[in-house]
Amino acid sequence: MTSAVASSTAHSIVEASPRSKAFASALVILYAVITILPLLWIVATAFKSQSDAIAYPPKVLFEPTLEGYVNLFTVRTRQTPDFIAKLPPPETWYDKLVRERDMVIAGPSKVVPRFVNSLIIGFGSTFLAVFLGTLAAYAFSRFRIPLADDLLFFILSTRMMPPVAVAIPIYLMYRQLNLTDTRLGMILLYTAVNVSLAVWLLKGFIDEIPREYEEAALVDGYTRLQALRKVVLPQAVTGIAATAIFCLIFSWNEYAFAVLLTSGEAQTMPPFIPFIIGEGGQDWPAVAAATTLFVVPIVLFTVLLRKHLLRGITFGAVRK
Amino acid sequence: MTTITQPDDAAISGMGAAARARTTRRVRGLSDRTIAWLFVAPTIALLLAINIFPLVWMIRLSFTSLNLSMSYLPLRFVGLDNFTDILGDEDVWLRLQTTAQFVISSVALQVIIGFGLALLINRQFRGHSFWTTIILLPMMLSPAVVGNFWTLLLQPQIGPFNYLISLFTGVPPSSFSMTGQVALAPWTIVLVDTWMWAPYVMLICLAGLRSIPDYIYEAAEVDRASAWRQFWSITLPMTVPFLMLAVLFRAIENFKMFDMVNLLTSGGPGSTTELVSITLKRAAFEKWRTGYSSALAIILFVTVFGAANIYVKALNKVKQR
Repeated sequence: MTSAVASSTAHSIVEASPRSKAFASALVILYAVITILPLLWIVATAFKSQSDAIAYPPKVLFEPTLEGYVNLFTVRTRQTPDFIAKLPPPETWYDKLVRERDMVIAGPSKVVPRFVNSLIIGFGSTFLAVFLGTLAAYAFSRFRIPLADDLLFFILSTRMMPPVAVAIPIYLMYRQLNLTDTRLGMILLYTAVNVSLAVWLLKGFIDEIPREYEEAALVDGYTRLQALRKVVLPQAVTGIAATAIFCLIFSWNEYAFAVLLTSGEAQTMPPFIPFIIGEGGQDWPAVAAATTLFVVPIVLFTVLLRKHLLRGITFGAVRK
Repeated sequence: MTTITQPDDAAISGMGAAARARTTRRVRGLSDRTIAWLFVAPTIALLLAINIFPLVWMIRLSFTSLNLSMSYLPLRFVGLDNFTDILGDEDVWLRLQTTAQFVISSVALQVIIGFGLALLINRQFRGHSFWTTIILLPMMLSPAVVGNFWTLLLQPQIGPFNYLISLFTGVPPSSFSMTGQVALAPWTIVLVDTWMWAPYVMLICLAGLRSIPDYIYEAAEVDRASAWRQFWSITLPMTVPFLMLAVLFRAIENFKMFDMVNLLTSGGPGSTTELVSITLKRAAFEKWRTGYSSALAIILFVTVFGAANIYVKALNKVKQR
């Protein structure tokens, strides 16, 4: 799997005829529209009222409201209209919105702490994985390490385990070490998973930087570490950024470990979102609002990563 | 052990080897060999601590009857009992069968759609780059979140999916349930998985198509090979290594599949979509049969690892052709 099918030269195919291009473009656009519809439906659901969201038949046109977002961020209690009438006038627009539904806000929901957990665990594990990965990738790229291929394969093979299988002994180990449901525990675990991706991707990126640059620096009296810091790292900055985004996306999206190893303190968004409940089951506008907020960064990253996507998803096996 | 010879080594080449090493160290700081090990060691140490140590522990536990809901019982070694239990259990084989069916049908569908899309996009019509990015979005999302929001889309009454189907076929929308019916649920997980991952196969195939140099097609044109012939003798064979890579990655990922299906159907109805990862989760984290589930985890790992190894060998053979 190491140096698989790599191609450095991008070729355009023999030019297609205008008619075949029109045909291709029609089909691809049709597919793209079908593929994006579920996402648009979720974004729209976030702006529906509770009753519009579960209307039968489903509503395409509706009066938009921010109820879903308000519900996502608050905990509310139902009150009698008499009680609400006696309250002082609402201070904010969201107080007002909630009271129109015969409810009052009782406090903030847990979504913000969960979001913060996702951020801390995501950035923490990404930083560690990229840091360790850069060092290891540089060593694998530039020095002759005994059994390098075996080590690299070992690093990759740790990713072949089903996450549920890995979670069993991790659960036991973390119980002993008091790391269950802690951010530190999750950061370490995600770092271990991400570091294999980081090493493989970064080795590819560093391999592409000509050795001559460093050699010149070494001749000029730089030490290895200086050459790494002042010559190699600046050259590898795009690769490092792309790798970091891939690691971040993994940690951000991860569910299996999160649901099995956290329950509150360190819970991230993915296991939290399905359990946003209102009166009588899932509060769909709030779930949709959470999903939208959760997915927006990913969409931005996808656009940013467009050029490196192929590398990232194949562990650097395919380069464009 | 450095692989690089510095030109200025010539200046000190007159000295003895030991003296030279000493000078080099003084001049250059740490030796390359030390740096190499310092750089690799933390990663290896982390993986040993978080992956290998637990794995070894799990292997030990797989020979015990440990049940965490009764962890006051002394640890009892039962030899290979867990393994014989699992391999003799008809239910486990059924779950493996369900998993195999899911892996084969989803990967097959993704290959067909992904390769088809790649062929179309490769014609480089105007705006193909924008539409490609749109198509790629689903695979970047969290599978758990995807599984969760598809339950809304697939609700027989309030979901839009059944309505769209009824619009085209006339079947009443509340007469079928994609996630609730034994006949449909296995296809539902294939459908959602394909929605997510067909773009993955597409992206890899696209790289394959772009790696084919123009001159081969030009030569085929000169020889008056038909478009059909060009596809079978140039396009397909030259894309096969890429396709195989995509199949490898997808098959491994789907064999491990847990998150999306757990939220979409949680294995139901009955156990029609209970993939082996879900069985494992239930044994380990609901019934707390740690010994038994450790053994099952090891069997799964060996299966993935073995299958992947065989596949990689085949892949390399194709590449060398």
